[in-house]
Amino acid sequence: MQRLTEHPVLGPLGGQPISFEFDGIVYPAIEGDSVASALLACGIRTLRRSKQAGEPRGIYCGIGHCYECRVTVDGKSSVRACITPVADGMVVKPGPAPAEARP
Amino acid sequence: MTAFDVAIVGAGPAGLSAAIAAAEAGGRVAVVDENRVPGGRLLGQLHQESKDSWWIGQKVAAGLGERAAAAGVELFCGREVWGMHPGWFLALDGGDTISAPHVVLASGAAERAMPIPGWTLPGVMTVGAAQTLTNFYRVRPGQRIAVVGVDPLSLTVAHELKMAGADVVGIFLPPLSKLSGQGGHPGHNLGYLSGLASLAPNAFLRAAAGLVRNPVARKAAARLYPESGVPVLGVPLKLKQSITAIEGDERVRAVEVTDIDAQGRPKGRTRLLEVDCVCLSGGLYPVQELTGGCAAARIDELGGQVPLHSEEMETTLKNVFVAGNVTGIEGAKVAMAQGTVAGLAVAARLGLAEPARLRDAIASVDDVRRTSPITFLPNVGEGRRKAGELWAAAGTHQQAEAQAWA
Ligand SMILES: Cc1cc2nc3c(=O)[nH]c(=O)nc-3n(C[C@H](O)[C@H](O)[C@H](O)COP(=O)(O)OP(=O)(O)OC[C@H]3O[C@@H](n4cnc5c(N)ncnc54)[C@H](O)[C@@H]3O)c2cc1C
Ligand code: FES
Repeated sequence: MQRLTEHPVLGPLGGQPISFEFDGIVYPAIEGDSVASALLACGIRTLRRSKQAGEPRGIYCGIGHCYECRVTVDGKSSVRACITPVADGMVVKPGPAPAEARP
Repeated sequence: MTAFDVAIVGAGPAGLSAAIAAAEAGGRVAVVDENRVPGGRLLGQLHQESKDSWWIGQKVAAGLGERAAAAGVELFCGREVWGMHPGWFLALDGGDTISAPHVVLASGAAERAMPIPGWTLPGVMTVGAAQTLTNFYRVRPGQRIAVVGVDPLSLTVAHELKMAGADVVGIFLPPLSKLSGQGGHPGHNLGYLSGLASLAPNAFLRAAAGLVRNPVARKAAARLYPESGVPVLGVPLKLKQSITAIEGDERVRAVEVTDIDAQGRPKGRTRLLEVDCVCLSGGLYPVQELTGGCAAARIDELGGQVPLHSEEMETTLKNVFVAGNVTGIEGAKVAMAQGTVAGLAVAARLGLAEPARLRDAIASVDDVRRTSPITFLPNVGEGRRKAGELWAAAGTHQQAEAQAWA
């Protein structure tokens, strides 16, 4: 994973740098990132764990279909990280909130 | 919530084109999309159209979005449509309702799952996810990437990943199984690739298709195809190897590669190849979550279950229209042409568009289809013909029913 600041066809990457929190740690992002893309750019692939076996889960479909990327954003549970834009100062926690966690 | 003349589900190329056509004619239009960013599948698209022109989907999406806004279209982004009730009422997540006498369903396509062992590990994703991450969000999904599945989309995305500086270790076949169907068969894939030669959207696909143009060569090729694969613009196309498992504990570490014979049967030898990302391509299907009330048919040439519709894109439900990949898997330009037809059909019904304009738009869909720079399914024309016949039969049936009731 790596931020593509340059691209042979698309050119240089624009966008303001911002920062947000995931699992208690502050990470950088670029305005326009989704929660999932910002984390991937920082090398974070695991967004939640399955309830039963605690297996790691990350981005799968990338367009809001599979619900594999569920996280908690500013207290709101079961938010899809792949279609949720990241915002400056946002607080993200892995997985849905505990009471709602599904297998 | 405010009332509209037409409510459109999906802000992809089809939905936005429908919105623009209806709104520029003077209609009041609402568009709902669960993604916060309008554009649908356009957002990740990037392929070469001719020697020095590129199809950059996010630019096309931005252009459509601006034109829709200028025409007064109201966009509800980040909102999901949960259901549709006669009248018509769209039920949104969170309890709001949008009502309009006309509806256009443009919910697009989704990717079929390819559940090979290990597929839930972080680092395994669909080719579509990899495409959006790379080209829209500008994050490379991995450094060493294996692509599984041979089709126009996987070949296109492999090339895009390579352009973004990733080491694409190969494009492999899925394991031969009921699930992968013919997808795990080297001979089938060679034939399929050769059919793509004329449909190829980019130099990469053309090179892949050119490998195997002649049928005799193709038969021999399935037997003689080298195990190490054939490099296509720097990406090895591994038609004699399948990925039989994905390994790792916290994330992808390697893929299990199995040599296969010309029939796709495993030859027993397997080995591990280190990668940090695996992109799966199981094929596309039309999303039918909201078309439940419309007469539909399974037409494999179009990618699966599709709603039957008239030339004007109306379904068997009065005033409910469809457009884009929800009616069958095709490229973005076809989706746009279908969207324009649906939007003008609504406008004509409202007395805002000349019937002649609508007829021209209908006629242009086939032209766009013929010159489309990308085709996903080889017999899509045949699929459209079948769908048309089924529609004609359904229409007759409905008329008969209506008369019986009268
Ligand atoms: C992974 C992938 C890659 C592709 N690559 C290419 C390519 O390179 N070139 C090409 O020409 N074609 C490509 N296609 C084909 C693509 O489907 C068409 O180009 C085109 O985007 C189809 O347009 P559409 O408007 O029908 O659907 P889409 O572009 O898929 O848009 C549908 C929209 O509807 C929204 N939606 C669906 N259901 C709901 C709901 N219930 N509530 C709210 N919103 C909803 C979705 O969020 C989405 O934004 C690709 C398709 C996929 C799946
Ligand atoms: S990755 Fe599938 S919903 Fe987010």
